[in-house]
Amino acid sequence: MFKALKTFKQPALFAALHMLRKTLVLLALTATASYAAAQVAPANRVYVSSEKDNKVYVFDTQGQRLSAIDVCQRPRQLTFNKDHSVIHVCCGDSNELGLIDAASGKMTGTVPLDDSPELFDFSADGKTVFVTIEDDSIMGAYDLASQKKLFEVKVGGEPEGILVMPDGKHAYVTSEEANVVHYIDLTSKKIVKNIRAGTRPRRFVLAADGKELWVSNELSASVSIISTVDQTVKHTIKFKIKGMRASDITPVGMTLSADGKSVWVGLGKANHVAEVDLATREVRKTVLVGKRAWGLTLHPDGKTLYVANGMSDDMTLVDAVAGKAIRTVAVGRVPHSVLVQP
Amino acid sequence: MRGAVRLATVSPWLPGLKAAMGAGLVCCLALAGGLASAAPLQNVTVAVVSLASDARYTAKQLERAYPDHPAGRVVDAARMAVDDAALELQELGLALKLKDVPLADAQALSKVLAELKAGHVQHIVADLPVDVLVALVKAAPGALGGAMIVNVSSDNDALRNEACSAALLHTYPSRQMYTDALAQYLAVRNWRKVLLLQGSLPEDQLQGAAMLLSAKRYGLKILQTKPFKLSGDPRERDLFNTRLLTNERAHEVVAVMDSQGEFARTLPYATQWPRPVVGSNGLMAMAWHPQWERNGGPQISRRFQKLAKRPMQSQDWAAWIAVKAIAAGLADNPKADLAKQLQQLRTGAVVVDGNKGPALTFRAWDGQLRQPIMLGHGDGVVGMAPLEGVLHPTEVLDTLGTDQKESKCQQRS
Repeated sequence: MFKALKTFKQPALFAALHMLRKTLVLLALTATASYAAAQVAPANRVYVSSEKDNKVYVFDTQGQRLSAIDVCQRPRQLTFNKDHSVIHVCCGDSNELGLIDAASGKMTGTVPLDDSPELFDFSADGKTVFVTIEDDSIMGAYDLASQKKLFEVKVGGEPEGILVMPDGKHAYVTSEEANVVHYIDLTSKKIVKNIRAGTRPRRFVLAADGKELWVSNELSASVSIISTVDQTVKHTIKFKIKGMRASDITPVGMTLSADGKSVWVGLGKANHVAEVDLATREVRKTVLVGKRAWGLTLHPDGKTLYVANGMSDDMTLVDAVAGKAIRTVAVGRVPHSVLVQP
Repeated sequence: MRGAVRLATVSPWLPGLKAAMGAGLVCCLALAGGLASAAPLQNVTVAVVSLASDARYTAKQLERAYPDHPAGRVVDAARMAVDDAALELQELGLALKLKDVPLADAQALSKVLAELKAGHVQHIVADLPVDVLVALVKAAPGALGGAMIVNVSSDNDALRNEACSAALLHTYPSRQMYTDALAQYLAVRNWRKVLLLQGSLPEDQLQGAAMLLSAKRYGLKILQTKPFKLSGDPRERDLFNTRLLTNERAHEVVAVMDSQGEFARTLPYATQWPRPVVGSNGLMAMAWHPQWERNGGPQISRRFQKLAKRPMQSQDWAAWIAVKAIAAGLADNPKADLAKQLQQLRTGAVVVDGNKGPALTFRAWDGQLRQPIMLGHGDGVVGMAPLEGVLHPTEVLDTLGTDQKESKCQQRS
């Protein structure tokens, strides 16, 4: 478990890292959005953003805490760039996208965004970031290299979930306030269709080789499945937990299994996560985790699910095969998202 | 809606076809971007009816800013909800319009109703003193050929019981909901021994009666009830001196029933013994607190601040959710007539999202919106009722206020 740490301390590597850090600082000074360091993130890492600590905590995949990275204000969603050398973090209070150099574990640059950015996704070429801007009710598009805003699309109130289709031509955005999913043409920069989902639609996951868009409906205790072919709701999955009322079940975060055959859904206030079979639409298993389970991510080996419990300030590691919680570890205040580097 | 359907049929994601469709489609796409459908939108007007001379809104009264009292007219909050709902309704071919209707006085009611009738208005957000509200509820359904009236600022329990009406909904909590929330909090904290300081205004008496019932429900002990009076007369100092009023030791909290707020303001930190003050100051039950930071609370508080240039209060929240409920009823079934809309809302078939956690529905028996109640003080929220551990056989939100079996409301539909 501590192997990685020890290697980290070897003098040669340390010196190299030191050099690299210097270079990075320089780079950061010249070009704030620094993608120069193409060093991949260290293996065996789990990153968790903490909304109230302004930090990203670093764990090993067993849940042993290793370090903390100071980032921008109110960090939420985390994603890797294509080669996993940079972690992007959306900061809701300082209105920026933070760029963390994964190898050194330092934030090396930021891209300014608009007021209260929530979640984001990238263009197919990775050069443009599309962000839901909660307070302005827009989807903003920002060029990472020039740090300039390219355009915006006005959407319904409190936009949150965003997903750019793999071909980069369309994006989906949820509006929590208007209870719709916007289907946006990124070329014409227009909303093509508003798809009515459940109450307070939150986040997306793309499944079935891109043919199905799953949308979590926080206040309907359900997930809507939208066909990405004809943009209509094909199916709705209602969640039930024994001994709980529907109002106690508030689905938000979702993640696709490594084999693409199931989707894990965080049931929020119900303090459970559920695995839904893609083919049968049936709930395979539910697992008790911490309070307000929203953000969740699977290890690419499909064996461990990491669940951020926003109200109990911890992260539960779940054996995804057996459907059992293994352990729960303290994270900082209000953990939001989890990112895994195998 | 029609526009959207057409777009879906011609599949704009087939570039070849898109080009072939020519100018007509381009025009459609542009419109869709602005979220307008090709067909003209059907307007639904919501009237915000208030009283120009309402004592709660005089400049001096607003300046005093008693906690949980209105901080300004609710029309801004209603406008915010119209904006929030615009997109969803537009998709369905509907547009909500807002009409601000300040009554010069209670006598102006019939004239105003005739104007509303001429404007085909049936949806009313009412921010009125009880007597004017009762007059409106009596007259509006007949005068407008059916009406849906949403009370957004009166906590009067009789309006939910003896004086209820099938046409009347309430998004503002009843006083009983407030005192139940407070009693739950005290019971969970195990601060059960209460000294009750009682004002003499009719509204104070209603608050006191509600508090007594809540105390009974949640096992609080009212050790003593003492009247208070705003006075400086040394001969009656036992009625206004905060130390004399609170000099018995046995109580654990001081609950003050002061609808007007002036006396209650002088009480926290001014008691004989170190005892928390609850009720009309100190720890209070409220429908909304601008510092509520969960469930998307900051988003609506911020939107409201931007629009109205003041923090969002309980009455603003109630007006916002009232218009949202009207919009939700329309969105659920755009073809429903008013009676059907009322029925959908009153049966809980339509839910609204109030940024307080759960999806919210109206109670069938008295038209009251079920909702969590915040327990807060000037600076923030310390609890949310129903408190954890409080149970109910069917719906835990019904532990706040008049439950089905206790309801004295006859006119339910």
